[in-house]
Amino acid sequence: MSEPLVTLSGVTKTYAGITALSEVGFSIAAGEAVCLAGENGSGKSTLNKILAGVERPDRGTIAFSGQVQGPLSPRASTEAGIKVIFQDFSLFPNLTVAENIAFSAELGEGVRLVRRAKMRDLARATLDRIGVDIPLDAAGETLSVAHKQLVAIARALATEARLIIMDEPTTALTEREVRGLLTIIRRLKADGVAVLFVSHKLAEVLEVCEQVVVLRNGQKVAEGPAQDFDAASLTRHMTGRDVAAEPPAPLRADAPVLLQVQGLSKAGAFDQVDFTLRAGEVLGISGLLGSGRTALAKALFGLVAPETGTITLDGRQVTRGDPVAAAAAGIGYVPEDRLTEGLFLTQSIVQNIAIGRLDSHARAGGVLNLTGLLAEARDWLARLKVKAPNPDAPVRSLSGGNQQRVVLARWMARSPRVLVLNGPSVGVDVGSKAEIHGIIAELAAHGLGVIVISDDLPELLSTCHRILVMKGGRMVEDIAGGSLNETELAHRLAS
Amino acid sequence: MKIDWTRNETLVALVILAFCLLAALSDPSFLSIATLTDLLRGGIVLGIFAVAAMLVLISGGIDVSFTAIAAFTMYVTAMTLNALMPWMPWWAALGFGMAVGAGLGAINGLLIAGFGLPTLIVTLGTLSIFRGFMLTFIGQKQITTLPPSMREFGRMMLIRGENADGSFYNLHGAFVVTVLVVVLTWFLLQRTMLGRQIYAIGGSVESARRIGINVRGVQFFIYVYVGVLAGLAGVIHASMARVANPFDLVGLELSVIAAVVLGGARLAGGHGTLTGTILGVALIVLVRNSLIVLGIPATWQSVTIGLLILLGTGLPAWQAKRAAARAA
Repeated sequence: MSEPLVTLSGVTKTYAGITALSEVGFSIAAGEAVCLAGENGSGKSTLNKILAGVERPDRGTIAFSGQVQGPLSPRASTEAGIKVIFQDFSLFPNLTVAENIAFSAELGEGVRLVRRAKMRDLARATLDRIGVDIPLDAAGETLSVAHKQLVAIARALATEARLIIMDEPTTALTEREVRGLLTIIRRLKADGVAVLFVSHKLAEVLEVCEQVVVLRNGQKVAEGPAQDFDAASLTRHMTGRDVAAEPPAPLRADAPVLLQVQGLSKAGAFDQVDFTLRAGEVLGISGLLGSGRTALAKALFGLVAPETGTITLDGRQVTRGDPVAAAAAGIGYVPEDRLTEGLFLTQSIVQNIAIGRLDSHARAGGVLNLTGLLAEARDWLARLKVKAPNPDAPVRSLSGGNQQRVVLARWMARSPRVLVLNGPSVGVDVGSKAEIHGIIAELAAHGLGVIVISDDLPELLSTCHRILVMKGGRMVEDIAGGSLNETELAHRLAS
Repeated sequence: MKIDWTRNETLVALVILAFCLLAALSDPSFLSIATLTDLLRGGIVLGIFAVAAMLVLISGGIDVSFTAIAAFTMYVTAMTLNALMPWMPWWAALGFGMAVGAGLGAINGLLIAGFGLPTLIVTLGTLSIFRGFMLTFIGQKQITTLPPSMREFGRMMLIRGENADGSFYNLHGAFVVTVLVVVLTWFLLQRTMLGRQIYAIGGSVESARRIGINVRGVQFFIYVYVGVLAGLAGVIHASMARVANPFDLVGLELSVIAAVVLGGARLAGGHGTLTGTILGVALIVLVRNSLIVLGIPATWQSVTIGLLILLGTGLPAWQAKRAAARAA
């Protein structure tokens, strides 16, 4: 039997006295896919950086095809065929697809003049190899997230990749796009390329993997063939505890109707949407990409202006297409991409919460009562258990889960009646996800109406009293929570 | 050919046409070779500056020090050649200026690429330092007797002619230099990997590092190249004006950057074309030279240029925003 492609043994790395990795060892064979699972802070990104040659381990060895390597550099690692696809894909927004794919290959050959035809041929050939068709002349910034990922994969392949490391590969993809990715991974494996998935959301890639390695607090806590793992056992190993997926507490039978939506339509987005939301109810809205779910969520908060229909909250009609009116009426909206739409990343955590409450703390003449404002913000930080060493630190320094809490805290400070959460746990780790679900249940228990827009089926099943399914802009199904399991729900969504 | 209305180039070209039409209607003699050579002459120094400024904008930086480099180089070159090397041929004078400019550009490059300082801060600093150093330590008096090499270059004409009314028109030989600069820079940007790396860095510095582009090396090259072009422009400016005035040139930098932005280069980096830059320069020169023809006071020039910038960059941005809103 031949030597494995990459073998790690006893890899240890400490940063300023904190052990990020401790005696970690495993191997990857050619044509094999390995899952490296772990929560944020488990050491998986450190391991990723060590393989990429960006960081050097304090102890331990790395061998390529049985040859123990000296200290790795990014160049040595690339030359050995290890390619990292970062979470942001590292594409050039202003260059064409062809250039994005062929740039590093041409750079590696040390050519001085641009060989346009050669670059196009290479780009075409690599895209063909993974069986996708993306226009070669499209600029990077015009691509969808899924296409950007494919271009990043093609770029890795264009330079003789033997091991492709994918950092959080499925975070930004819809279910259908994940399936497309899996098909491509199978092709790569058949070509003899090894793949290492580094993620905290691995249940969906498990089916193409041979091996699973789980890290927790810098140590390898589980390892074995992929068929021995499932979503629940992965989560258990990653968090060290059971995160139960239980249906929510039943809704009180006499809960009054809070929000009523009637005949809401916007051409090209959604059509004749009717539903009601009761106080204390968690309502899930799901559907495939393009079903109109995101446009509907935005319309509820006035970010998208519907042409006809009414939104009534507590018997009072809310002006359509006006976010300020929606917020004043008591509707809150937490956007899907909290990084770009919801937060002021470089501002402090407290400032981010306080921004939504400026009006309530204005004294005569518009002068701000800063003390009261900040005190209230700190209070919400504590109530939503945001783990922050220092509330004056920039929001950017927080983990994904804690960032999501900051957005929630901002809305809670305004005491809304209805909260619309678009993809509440996109990009957060399993532990934080369970806690966010806990917060949702708690909010509902206080009489808030919560709308969860998501295509994360376990999330919908464990948080929602009712699930509405959208298709082509219309509400096609109204499913009572707890009446279905995941497979049945997936079937209803896709059919 | 399909006309792309969302591009700045299209808009700028249309405005130029409209402007010419207006000028020709109010003064039929506007459409003459004399006007053309006047405009081309006005674009010689501005054009070289604009190419330099565009290169920096593409790489995601901004350089405001090039006019100070040009003034410094022009003055030092005139002085040194007068005192030490009056025998130099004209082309060696240009070469000397390029070398001085390269040296000053390397100071920018060192601070930006070597120490990783923000480009605007560094070049604002060096703009002031280069100018102040020259005025304090080298001199403030105009040099009215240029060295023979620069005088010889100053007399070189590409085209000479007489108008119907007996006045003369000409096109300076330095126009060829500007054309060469444009062609060379086009080749650099579109046909060399170095040029593509400049675009890549402007697109995303982090991604450029990750695929192994020597970001510092490329940045250093950019600022030296800008220095060379600025030095060249400085010597040409003095030769054409037949005087080296140390108070000249500085103050032009923002109009030059405006011309480049008008031509579609983005301040955020990664975008910019030579066609756009040339059109932007043409428009600014046209406005400067022909508002007088239209009977509009010269003080309106800056207002007009300001309006054109707002219109020329605002309209495509507004269209792009509307297109994005329709797609959503």
